[in-house]
Amino acid sequence: MTLDTRPPDEATAPTEYEEVRSTETRGMLWARWIVLISITIFVLLPIVTLVVWSFAFRWNFPALLPTEWGTRAWRYVADDSSRVFEGLWNSLKIGGLVTVMAIIVGLPASRALGQNEFRGKSTVEWLLLMPIIVPALVATMGIHQIFIRLGLTGTIFGVALVHLIPAIPYFVLVMASVFANYGTALEETARSLGANRINVFRYVTLPAISSGLLVASMFTFLISWGQYVTTLLIGGGSIVTLPLVLFPFLSGANHANAAAISLVFVAPAIIVLILTSRQLSRESSVMGGFGKI
Amino acid sequence: MTQVSLQRLSRRFGDHLAVRELNLDIESGEMVAFLGPSGCGKTTTLRMITGLLRPTSGDILFDGESVLEVPTEKRGAVMVFQKHLLFPTMNVAQNVGFGLKMAGVDKAEINRRVSEMLELVELPGLELRKAHELSGGQQQRVALARALVVRPQVLLLDEPLANLDANLRITMRQLIRTIQSEIDITAIFVTHDQEEAVMLADRVALMFDGVLQQVGEPDVFYRKPATKRVAQFFRSNNFLSGVRSGDIVRTDVGDITVDPDRVEGGDGPVVLSVRPEDVELATHGADGENVIVGRIESPIYMGSHTQLVVTLGDDTWQVLGPASLSANQGEAISLRLPPEHVWIVENDAVVSDSSVAV
Repeated sequence: MTLDTRPPDEATAPTEYEEVRSTETRGMLWARWIVLISITIFVLLPIVTLVVWSFAFRWNFPALLPTEWGTRAWRYVADDSSRVFEGLWNSLKIGGLVTVMAIIVGLPASRALGQNEFRGKSTVEWLLLMPIIVPALVATMGIHQIFIRLGLTGTIFGVALVHLIPAIPYFVLVMASVFANYGTALEETARSLGANRINVFRYVTLPAISSGLLVASMFTFLISWGQYVTTLLIGGGSIVTLPLVLFPFLSGANHANAAAISLVFVAPAIIVLILTSRQLSRESSVMGGFGKI
Repeated sequence: MTQVSLQRLSRRFGDHLAVRELNLDIESGEMVAFLGPSGCGKTTTLRMITGLLRPTSGDILFDGESVLEVPTEKRGAVMVFQKHLLFPTMNVAQNVGFGLKMAGVDKAEINRRVSEMLELVELPGLELRKAHELSGGQQQRVALARALVVRPQVLLLDEPLANLDANLRITMRQLIRTIQSEIDITAIFVTHDQEEAVMLADRVALMFDGVLQQVGEPDVFYRKPATKRVAQFFRSNNFLSGVRSGDIVRTDVGDITVDPDRVEGGDGPVVLSVRPEDVELATHGADGENVIVGRIESPIYMGSHTQLVVTLGDDTWQVLGPASLSANQGEAISLRLPPEHVWIVENDAVVSDSSVAV
């Protein structure tokens, strides 16, 4: 028998503690599994289906898996005639441009809404939410006429401008709550310590809002990424984005091609989601919306 | 060391006059508290001194020169807030060194002065900790170090002792006082807590509704409150109306003698004030100078003493008695008001908005 030299309370305490912990985690373990399984079913399974479809060459009704496999769909995607890469490139360019414009326009607006009280604030909030309530299509019809006159139709910039309409409400909603939570005291402290406005933004404001800004930019990018009708109207067919390439296939008979293009279409969204998932889960204030102002 | 002078300082927000014609001279090396209930304009005043807010009218002078045109970052009036104390993404050394970095001081010098300052606030060796790894009291000390390291003209503190527990309040008070006298800095702080103000300040400036009510050393507010409202703010609600002629004030419950060397003013209707702790309990039936009889409304046992609510005619008084006191509701009680503690206050209902200085 080995002698336990530890004092009795110290020797018994850890085991008791571990027991308590294990009973606690048992319930949480179940919850975690349920969440994991749901995520797998709702997110991963459709993607797996798409992957299977994209490599299917022949797949007749009763078979559970394709009877013949092939890479024809992916060869089609890679071919210039499919315009997939042209669409991908345009979508990336427009999405990036929309995000930059949203930051330029939306950051001051959300700061004003998040940190100040002023007359007509609720009206401004309402106006900002209008694009969510009224379909962007309605506004786009009118804007189309003006853009023709300004020569903005059929240009990347014109399409990006129109994408900004549905994107701005989400951007401002997220950022306003970030600004509301963060307040002005730190910036004022920094100024009184001798920091000019540029240094205040660089050393104090930007680090404080960066994760919120990342999430808001992601929203903005993805909203632009998914636009179809607005792109079609303002782009007038000369600006081809991924949704424009994809949609004709959805009603067509070639499921393999549609699946392959769909995968190209959802890939950036999933990559962005994974990259920003930590911010999404950690920065709960980001998801507050106007409620936190 | 800077002498700060506020001259007819006013600030208006829309229709609301937050600060009205405030005049105050703060000597260099002095620690002054702006005291008052929330919304009295004390924080607005502080923000005007830092330059974060522009006065509607009036002037602010540092050592006799107007600083109104000097922007916050160049004014050297450093603010320490009560909440959001430290920059969350920086460690302690980066926080403390921030002001020096902005001033373009070289790295070796920053490191030297940061560790020197952390020594002063009794937190040596914590340079690499992040803000969230510190306790509330430690964060406050780091914030203080960050402000002091730039050798500010004026140190401005927003409720420096709030959010600290009783023991920490006393430690922090001593620390602030020691540092303030050691590096001889002019300091101004705002608080709504009269205890905090008298603990920390050389002089207290009491504000109500944007108007300076009374300025003086802390004990003045206890011994010689200017008005009824000032006395009430310092937790004394014992008032007695009467008519003064010479040294005698005739009241409904008896004649009260006042000390003519202490009490100013002339004959006529007056309001007398005696702090609860200055009222003496007299043996019942005893006769003598300034002994009045009241009725016990409710005795409250407070552990170290008994607090009595006593009705005197139409007025309700608070009186302190020994813990062993056996007093029952409805009983008569004799109180003696020592002439050296009887003070005449102005009745706010009569006094308009003129500021009263002692």
